[in-house]
Amino acid sequence: MIIRGDEPEQIALLKKLYPKGNYFMQGDEAIAYGAIFAGCRFYAGYPITPASEIAETMARELPKVRGYYIQMEDEIGSIAAIIGASWTGLKSMTATSGPGFSLMQENLGYAIMTETPIVVVDVQRSGPSTGQATKGAQGDFFQARWGTHGDHPIVALSPISVEDSFWETIRAFNISEKLRIPVVLLADGVIGHTREQIRIPDPEEVEIVYRKLPKNDEEAKYPFGDVDGSLIPPMPLFGHGYFTHVTGSTHKETGLRDVYTPEVHIKLVNRLHKKIEKHEKEIEKWKEYFTDDMEILVISWGVSARPSLGAVLKAREEGIKVGLFIPKTVHPFPGKKVKELAKKVRAILVPEMNLGQLILEVQRYVNDDVILKGINKIGGVPLTVEEILREIRGV
Amino acid sequence: MAKEIYTKYKMAKYLRKEALPTALCPGCGGGTVLNAFANAIDQLKIDPRDLVVVSGIGCSAWIASPYFLADTLHTTHGRAIAFATGVKVGLPDKKVVVISGDGDLAGIGGNHLIHAARRNIDITVILVNNFIYGMTGGQVAPTTPFGAKTTTTPYRNIEHPLNIAEVVAEAGASYVARWTTAHVYQLIESIKKALQVKGFSLVEVISQCPVQFGRRNKMKEPAEMLRWFLKNSIPISKAKNMSKEELEGKFVIGEFVNRQRPEFTEELNKLIEEVAEHFGLGGKNAD
Repeated sequence: MIIRGDEPEQIALLKKLYPKGNYFMQGDEAIAYGAIFAGCRFYAGYPITPASEIAETMARELPKVRGYYIQMEDEIGSIAAIIGASWTGLKSMTATSGPGFSLMQENLGYAIMTETPIVVVDVQRSGPSTGQATKGAQGDFFQARWGTHGDHPIVALSPISVEDSFWETIRAFNISEKLRIPVVLLADGVIGHTREQIRIPDPEEVEIVYRKLPKNDEEAKYPFGDVDGSLIPPMPLFGHGYFTHVTGSTHKETGLRDVYTPEVHIKLVNRLHKKIEKHEKEIEKWKEYFTDDMEILVISWGVSARPSLGAVLKAREEGIKVGLFIPKTVHPFPGKKVKELAKKVRAILVPEMNLGQLILEVQRYVNDDVILKGINKIGGVPLTVEEILREIRGV
Repeated sequence: MAKEIYTKYKMAKYLRKEALPTALCPGCGGGTVLNAFANAIDQLKIDPRDLVVVSGIGCSAWIASPYFLADTLHTTHGRAIAFATGVKVGLPDKKVVVISGDGDLAGIGGNHLIHAARRNIDITVILVNNFIYGMTGGQVAPTTPFGAKTTTTPYRNIEHPLNIAEVVAEAGASYVARWTTAHVYQLIESIKKALQVKGFSLVEVISQCPVQFGRRNKMKEPAEMLRWFLKNSIPISKAKNMSKEELEGKFVIGEFVNRQRPEFTEELNKLIEEVAEHFGLGGKNAD
């Protein structure tokens, strides 16, 4: 049994198509190339600004690596199709923006419940509703975490630059494959449409993870059990004679529906949470600057992290002892680390392109004696270095 | 004894025994559809390992998922065909079958139904039309006859039903047929044809729901509903010479289309070969 995209000739193919070196491209394109390097061979999507360039790049590039592109009739169908494809062994992705992401929420929950590895890209745009459709924003922080219903874990990553978009997409696939969970890539319209230089590596430089498959028929009988103590069951793919039953309803370890026994639901939903908690250290990723001697801490994510870094560097030149923390994994949020850092400072500033979302998550880990202040900007224009610097000086 | 019943049943080998007995109400047409489907698979000698069955939410979604012993994907409400699209692209050599109800496939999932037909992807859809939302308690459906009573049309239904087979035929499917649960042998033949056609195929089965539909519309016995089907069924050849008024409230049965059109997964794989050749990217991967 093979997983498409894992064939040895794929490496040669990637080398030929995308020789290593510097490229000039958009964040959206970098996400598409990252997906191809990660082994994504199935993309289903529906056009939406500012995510359409991901679909366009996939439509052009996927056939070259023997991958499949489908433009579905809507976003609900798009995520449905990639879940179906994932059960046949194809690494699958869809990309959308806020309104489309809202439509995908029900099936995002389905993918969580059925432990289907998929990657869902949300290139955030200004809302609510159609808002400023062509402008970037960071308003979907909680939609990624709590958009679907019920108790569930989720993993969401957020890139801070075009090159970062390439690598975080690969990381999204790797986490998704390893943990059998949908991973959300919380990009945004500003980076999505920014063009800058990125370095495309040799495919051998890229660590790629493939899902665990059942070693024998016995393991395949428990597609939703904990057969090896890792909390992550091997995934018996369709078409291999395992007669696997997959349902979004509460199911036993065999996959058969049982919605009447409380213990079955408790055991399943707790395992879904536990498998993420157990691997939190691997999933969590952040960047720290000047956190050793800081008195003030800036915590910023995604597109706002770069002007934040600019502001912190300038403030340091002025002698202000300020540090910076950038969570690249936004869910599960690296709260323990923030708690540890928060003990060292008298003030925390949280710049983001919304009216205050990440700050609510940060608040959970900060004591009352620390000044906690958001630097918020909406309207589709990113925060500037000056705007953040002014707040650092003033705090 | 329930066990004795299914061990004697010839098609029991195709069923997931641990999921039995079925959750279907007594008198439901769902059993007839499952039986017809199992017989079609048996007659065509299709190995269930070469079969993936996808369904949505509702009574009819249960007919083959979980009961049929194959890879089965029980999806969200209305989305079975979209899920099946991904499955078919990943497994173009397998038979991908969607079995679900009218509310699921033509109501909430109507968009996916017509677009899959337009795309002409090689999926067989068995749409069980019982005119009602059965599992949720008997609410009006997009197929409920004009004037009929349901829990959400307690006085009478003032909406017109959707003619599913005609819509799907018009949308571009390769094969479309409609039968009722009173036409079992024709139904089996049509399912067999649908499974063999390369392209999107739909078999609409008009099926009795004595519990939720019949009971509120003066047909609480299953047999009354079957008699109603037989009395009002018009073969498509005869229907062609009848006016719209004459066909009001009748069930046109038979084959609506049976034609060849380029199929989606084949075209997709052909396109990949063309691209590979154009860019000089070498031959097909070994499987």
